[in-house]
Amino acid sequence: MSSTHANPTSFAFTEANMKLVEKAIKKYPEGRQMSAVKSLLDLAQRQMGAQTGSIWLPRAAMDKVAEILGVAPMRVYEVATFYTMFNLQPVGKYHLQVCTTTPCWLRGSDDIVRACKAASGVKNFGETSEDGVFTLKEVECLGACVNAPILQVNDDYYEDMDAARVEALLNDLRAGKPLPPAGSLGGRQSSAPASGQTSLVSAPGSAE
Amino acid sequence: MAKLTIDGIEVEVPNGSTVIQACEAAGVEIPRFCYHERLSIAGNCRMCLVEIEKMPPKPVASCGQPVADGMVVHTDSEMVRKGRRGVMEFLLINHPLDCPICDQGGECDLQDEAVAYGRDHSRYEDGKRSVAQPDWGPLVKTTMTRCIHCTRCIRFTTEVAGVAELGATQRGEETKVGTYVQKALTSELSGNIIDLCPVGALTSKPYAFTARPWELRKTDSIDVLDALGSNIRIDARGAEVLRILPRINDDVNEEWLGDKSRFSVDGLKRRRLDRPWIRENGKLRPASWEEAFAAIAAKVKATSPAKMGALAGDLADVESMLALKGFFAGLGSKNIDCRIDGSNFDTSKRAFYLFNTTVAGIEDADALLIIGSNPRHEAPVLNARIRKRWLAGGFKIGMIGNVADLTYKFDHLGEGPEAIQALLNGSHAFADVLKNAARPMVILGAGALAGPEGGGVHAAAWKLAAQFNMLTPEWHGFNLLHHAASRVGALDLGFLPVEGALDAKAMLSGAADVLWLLGADAEAVRGIPANTFVIYQGHHGDAGAARADVILPGAAYTEKDGTYVNTEGRVQQGYAAVKPPGDAREDWRILRAISAYLGHALPYDNLEQLRDYLKAEYSVFGEEFRRFAGTDAAGPAGASATGSTIFRPLLPNYYQTDVISRSSPTMAACVAAHYPALAEAAE
Repeated sequence: MSSTHANPTSFAFTEANMKLVEKAIKKYPEGRQMSAVKSLLDLAQRQMGAQTGSIWLPRAAMDKVAEILGVAPMRVYEVATFYTMFNLQPVGKYHLQVCTTTPCWLRGSDDIVRACKAASGVKNFGETSEDGVFTLKEVECLGACVNAPILQVNDDYYEDMDAARVEALLNDLRAGKPLPPAGSLGGRQSSAPASGQTSLVSAPGSAE
Repeated sequence: MAKLTIDGIEVEVPNGSTVIQACEAAGVEIPRFCYHERLSIAGNCRMCLVEIEKMPPKPVASCGQPVADGMVVHTDSEMVRKGRRGVMEFLLINHPLDCPICDQGGECDLQDEAVAYGRDHSRYEDGKRSVAQPDWGPLVKTTMTRCIHCTRCIRFTTEVAGVAELGATQRGEETKVGTYVQKALTSELSGNIIDLCPVGALTSKPYAFTARPWELRKTDSIDVLDALGSNIRIDARGAEVLRILPRINDDVNEEWLGDKSRFSVDGLKRRRLDRPWIRENGKLRPASWEEAFAAIAAKVKATSPAKMGALAGDLADVESMLALKGFFAGLGSKNIDCRIDGSNFDTSKRAFYLFNTTVAGIEDADALLIIGSNPRHEAPVLNARIRKRWLAGGFKIGMIGNVADLTYKFDHLGEGPEAIQALLNGSHAFADVLKNAARPMVILGAGALAGPEGGGVHAAAWKLAAQFNMLTPEWHGFNLLHHAASRVGALDLGFLPVEGALDAKAMLSGAADVLWLLGADAEAVRGIPANTFVIYQGHHGDAGAARADVILPGAAYTEKDGTYVNTEGRVQQGYAAVKPPGDAREDWRILRAISAYLGHALPYDNLEQLRDYLKAEYSVFGEEFRRFAGTDAAGPAGASATGSTIFRPLLPNYYQTDVISRSSPTMAACVAAHYPALAEAAE
């Protein structure tokens, strides 16, 4: 990993984030501050992303969260390591998360993985491309099976993927273009049938 | 109360119990890995499945199922057996079949249950999970590939020991129990997770590959490395003590044991005195018992009784101190003392020097004030009891003395006697906490009593107890936490100088021409002036033996039948597990022999007679243990201390406090791991 993503020895929330931290903690009753742990870890991770260009969670940040919540660091490590959404290693600018669970797999997630590897230059899951732009991960069901297969890039879902769409998307991102709007890249509206509308094709009340 | 029928046996258990407890009450054993009666319920191993009638037709984990009146439970039905077999098969999928090289073999819950519920072969064909072996310090050996994720160790360290250093990271098949960041466990109770681990994932590092459990001879005894008197089991093979484990005693140590008490056992084999020695021309030379006795007799006969003295050390058993006292009485000397730490306070009443609330009684208290003590170091198992009470809630704790991490929260009220005064005159807010408590207690540490102001601190603490409702017919809240295992027994024996006789301080600074040290090894003995003839009777070559003119080899606590009185005043008896090494003998026998040699034979010839004599002379040794009532509020003599002397911690470190732990390489490794500065200074 490049030196820009060196493991920091200390971490502090920005003033703006500190306000959000306090807001998150206030949602829970006194003595139950630990409930805010995931919100705080997410804030810390996003702050790392804004500050270093890599959305990840160094140990110093987890320790800071533990300090703020007044719990043992171990309790925070347990939460942070449980969820794949928390990156405990630095990741590239674009974090590619391919769902390979059954519905996506049936709809061709193997092709998506292959295309991701070819277009990003990443050889194996969990690795980052040499230019530091892409990190590829395999994830479990993203809960958008109806538009399978899914490729999640950072926070956004790109649906109805195929190899060509993956290649085009990744090439655009590498070229510095911004992320396109999230959703189906196959042109359908949210989860409407891919082959066009199949029900409610006539006005209400008219004979079918 | 709820009535249940377990396999046709009717039992009645309190509401809020779980089905597994009801099964225990019915005498039906339920296999379990994660459930432990002293830890919170996790319910993640699923081994304790039972079938309950009129519940959904599936097996139920009995550890987490609350009882209900009229439940009919089957613990050995076809459904239960099938369920447990399935659980066992899943547990064994990733468990390595390395029992022949696993230290847990022979005392492994998984091994035992696999005999009952395991298949004869595995249907699993994929690769097994394997996990790195993290380093948790010098005491606990980890083989995490064997871990079945019961989380007992996590729950113990978090709940009982109060150091949340262990956790389960990752998830699913990747789940790892560990510290996440590389570190040695900092708990003084870490050895207990070895006992708790139902498989061979956590085993004892010093004991690794030493013996199989069925080779060991098991002897019940009492721990002497602190004053709690934890009940222990000594496991020995041949002439060697191999390990020490706790025994269950809910009134004292529950089922825990401090690391020092558990792991100092290798100190019992090193630096031992196994023959008498005599100093000639400044050098010690090996001698026979006859020569040693002759040398002592020559010196004693040439010395006036008023110039002879005896000091009892911290590990001495009651029998040997009784014999020493009797021996000196026969010689005509009243110069005896057990307070080698120089403490000097009124011990005229037993309640003045006992932990009157009792250890179990801590759970009934509702406020606590600690004065000049670090219970976490001085009695870690007792500290766990304080933490248990604190976790239950409604328990405010105040502390006067050195700030340390005690594993619970406390208000720091000050560092010396003036903080006690602030409570007495109500100028500190904590006085209101004590005033409003129904059963407050104070724990006075041995460290606070060791200084010159000790007597005054003692008087002030008692005054505080009397003022704040700690002395009532139902409740006694005044407690002394000793550190020396021998101290309460010695005080019960009156092993103290009478008015006008020499005390420890005088004897150590040259007032005695002949000084008998019964295992007295405090730093102070190094400074005994050269003109004092020192006889050291003990088991380890430490400070006392280094200064001695004659050395008489005695027996360590694992080698003699001994009576010990713990800090509560509980009289407990340990049994000899092995014989003393070489020419060493049980201490009371040595004293009996020399008393006869000098013509003042003690009035007992065997242990039974000695104990009869002990009970006849000192009634406390023949009585049942009972809690004191705080009806007698008359305090100790002397004025209350008001000064601002800071209470110093009694122990520089937890791990090396006496001759046995100082001789132990394991304890030295612990000091190196936890007190690097101390370890460096020692080199």
